[in-house]
Amino acid sequence: MTPPSNLLTPSNDLKKRYRTDRWFQRIGLTAITFSLAFIVFLFSQIIAEGYTAFIQTNILLEVDFSEEAFAKENLAAADYPGLVKKSLAEIFPEVSSRQEKKLLFSLVSNGAAYKLKDMVAANPKIIGSRQKVWVPAGSDVDMLMKGKSDRNVAEEHRRLNDKQLTWIDKLESQGKLEKQFNRTFFTAGDSREPEMAGILGGVKGTALTLLITLALAFPIGVAAAIYLEEFAPQNRWTDLIEVNINNLAAVPSIIFGLLGLAVFINFFGLPRSTPIVGGLVLALMALPTIIIAGRASLKSVPPSIREAALGIGASKMQTVTHHVLPLAMPGMLTGAIIGMAHALGETAPLLMIGMVAFIVDIPGAINHPAAVLPVQIYLWADSPERGFTEKTSAAIIILLAFLMTMNSLAIYLRKKFEIKW
Amino acid sequence: MKVSRLLVAGSLSLFLASPALAARDYVSIVGSSTVYPFSTVVAEKYGKTAGAKTPKIESTGTGGGFKLFCGGVGVDHPDISNASRAIKSSEMKTCADNGVKEIVEVKIGYDGIAIANAKTADKFNLTRKDLFLALAKDVPDPKDPAKIIANPYKTWKDVNPALPAEKIEVLGPPPTSGTRDAFVELVMETGADTIESLKAMKKTDEKAHGKISKTVREDGAYVEAGENDNLIVQKLQANPKALGIFGFSFLDQNSDKVQGSAIEGKVPTYEAIADGSYPVSRPLFFYVKKAHVEVIPGIKGYLAEFTSEKAWGKDGYLADKGLIAMPDAERKTIAANVAALKVMEVK
Repeated sequence: MTPPSNLLTPSNDLKKRYRTDRWFQRIGLTAITFSLAFIVFLFSQIIAEGYTAFIQTNILLEVDFSEEAFAKENLAAADYPGLVKKSLAEIFPEVSSRQEKKLLFSLVSNGAAYKLKDMVAANPKIIGSRQKVWVPAGSDVDMLMKGKSDRNVAEEHRRLNDKQLTWIDKLESQGKLEKQFNRTFFTAGDSREPEMAGILGGVKGTALTLLITLALAFPIGVAAAIYLEEFAPQNRWTDLIEVNINNLAAVPSIIFGLLGLAVFINFFGLPRSTPIVGGLVLALMALPTIIIAGRASLKSVPPSIREAALGIGASKMQTVTHHVLPLAMPGMLTGAIIGMAHALGETAPLLMIGMVAFIVDIPGAINHPAAVLPVQIYLWADSPERGFTEKTSAAIIILLAFLMTMNSLAIYLRKKFEIKW
Repeated sequence: MKVSRLLVAGSLSLFLASPALAARDYVSIVGSSTVYPFSTVVAEKYGKTAGAKTPKIESTGTGGGFKLFCGGVGVDHPDISNASRAIKSSEMKTCADNGVKEIVEVKIGYDGIAIANAKTADKFNLTRKDLFLALAKDVPDPKDPAKIIANPYKTWKDVNPALPAEKIEVLGPPPTSGTRDAFVELVMETGADTIESLKAMKKTDEKAHGKISKTVREDGAYVEAGENDNLIVQKLQANPKALGIFGFSFLDQNSDKVQGSAIEGKVPTYEAIADGSYPVSRPLFFYVKKAHVEVIPGIKGYLAEFTSEKAWGKDGYLADKGLIAMPDAERKTIAANVAALKVMEVK
C-alpha cells in the first residue's frame, strides 16, 4: 500500500504536479524575457538610428554684410545666397572654374541663406560689418561627418567627389566644420532638405488636434456613460446601443476617416487637412473607448454609496454628480487617456481627410493646414534623401516620448484619485 | 460639477472664437506620389522666397488626385493636380461634367525607372524581352510558341542563356502604384511586342493579348514590396541576388549602395534618360484649373517658380532631386504657355 503523501515524502503524483508548476513558471518567465528583449532591441535600434538627428554639422563662415548688397529698399530681397558664395570663395580662393564653384557651394545648405536673411531682419545694424556665422552644412556633408556614408568607396559611387572631400578636410582642420546641437529640428517645420527639416509643425499639429479631440470626446463620452449607466431604462433599445458602442470600438480606423470625408468635409464644408476636421474624426474614434471605460468605472462604485446619498435626501442628479462621479473619475480618466493615446498614433483616418500632406508653415490656429507626428514619420520614411532616415527615427523617439508622458500622466492621476474600498 | 462646466464652456468658446472657415489663402495641390518630391521642393522654395503661404501638397496617387481635382470649381476643391501620366479622356469628361472646363496642362520633365541590384553583386544586362519573359504570368511555350502556358522560368539563365543562373527574384511596387503602371506599360508591353507569336496574337485576339502582356506573375518571383522605395533599397542590400524596381531619384540618392541594370545596353544615368536612349522613362505632368488662378493667391507665383530655369532647367534644383529636364526648346514653349495660361484641348 502506498504511504500517504506529505511534504516530507511526496508521492509521484505530487512530484509531477510540482514539476508542472515549475515548468509553467519557467515558460511564463521565458515569454516575458523574450518580449522585454524585443522591446529593448526595438528601442535600441530606434535610438541608435535616430540620436544623430539631434546633431547637425555646421560650417563657420565669415560673412561680409557689405552695403552694396543691400542697396535695395527691401532687405528680404537681397542676394543672400550670393553672400554665402562670396564667403566660401574667400576661404578657397583657388577654386575658379564654374563646375568646381558649383561643387564648393553645394557643401553648404540652402538654409544658410535664410539664416542670414533672418539675422539681417532681426538686426539691420549688422549691415556694413563682417560677422562670423555658423551655418548648416548640406545633407551629403552631414551624412559623411556622421559616418552614414562611406568615403572609402570609389569616387563614382559617392555623392561627394574627391575634391569636395579635400575641401571638407581642410575646413575641419581649420576648425570651421563642427558637429553641434541641432536646434533647427525643434524650431522648424517640414522641409525637403533633410538638414532644414524640423518637428515643430508636427508637434503643434498633434497638440491642436488632440486638444480638439479631448475637448469633444471627454465631455460627450462621460455624459453618455453617465446617462447609459445611471438614467437610461433597461430595455431592448439600450441593449442595442450598448452592442453598437462595443462594435464601434473595434471598427477599423480608416472607416472613421471615410466618415469624416463624407460628413465633415463634403457635407459641412470644413477645410481639408486642418486640425478641426482631424480632431473631429479622432474624437469619434476615441468616443467608444471613453464610454466603455466610463461605464465600467461607474459600475465599480458600490451601490451603498448611491443608497446612502438617496437615503439622506439627495436627488438622483445630486447623487450622480456629487457622489458617484468623483469616485468613478479615476477610471474615466484612464479610459480618456487610453483613447487619446490611441488617437495620437493614428494615420489611416487622417489620410482620407487630407492630413497626409507636405505642410511647411507651422499651424497657428485650428483652421490652418497641419500635419501630425505619425503622418510626419510616414512622409519622411518615404523620402529618398539619406538624411531623412535619422530624422524618421528621431521623430519616432519624440512620438514615443509623447505617448510615455501621456501614459505616465494616466498612471499618476489614477494613483492620486484612487480610493481603496 | 465646476470642472465639467468649465470643459463645456471651454470647448464652446473654441468653436465660437475660431477664425472664419471661409476663404482659402494657400494653394491646394493633390496627386501623384512620383511628382510629389518635385512639387514639394518648388512649393517650399516659393514659400520661403516670396514670403507667401507655402502651398499644401498631398500625395494621393495620380488617379485619386484626378478624382479630387475633377470634383468641381471652388475653394473646397484642389487647384492643381500632379500626375505621372497624361490625363485620360474619361477624367476630362468627369471634370467637364462637374464644371472644370479650362485646364492648363504643364509637362515638367521626365522620370526614369531603374531595375537595380546591390552594388556588391554583378551588374545585370537585360532587355525588355528578358524582363517580360521573367515576370509575366503567362508566356509563350518555349517548345511551341503558338501555345500560351504559365510562366515556367525559374532562373535568369532559363530566360536568356547570357544571363546568370540566379533565381528570378524582383522586388517591385504593388498594383496601386503609378510606378507599377509605368513599368507594365514601358517594359512588359514593349517586351511582349518583340515576341513574334504575341505580336501576331495582337491582331487576332486583342483582349487575350492585352491580358498576357499586362499581367505580372504571382508565384513568388515578383515580390510586391510596398510603396516605400527606401524599403526596397534596404532589402536589396540584404539580398544581393534580388533586383528592385524604383524611380531614378532613389537610384541617384543611393548610388553608393545600389546600381541600375543596363536595359538594352543603356545604363540609367541622367544623360541617358534625358536624351531618350534609356528606354524606361516617362513624362511627368501637373494640371491647373484656370478658374482658380485669379481667386487663390499664390498659384501664379508657384507656376512662375516651377517653370523658371533655376527650378526645372538642366542645372536647376529639381535636377539635383532626380528630375530629368526636358530639352531647352520644349521648356521654353511650355513656360510661355503656362505664363499665358493656355488651356488644353478636350481629348
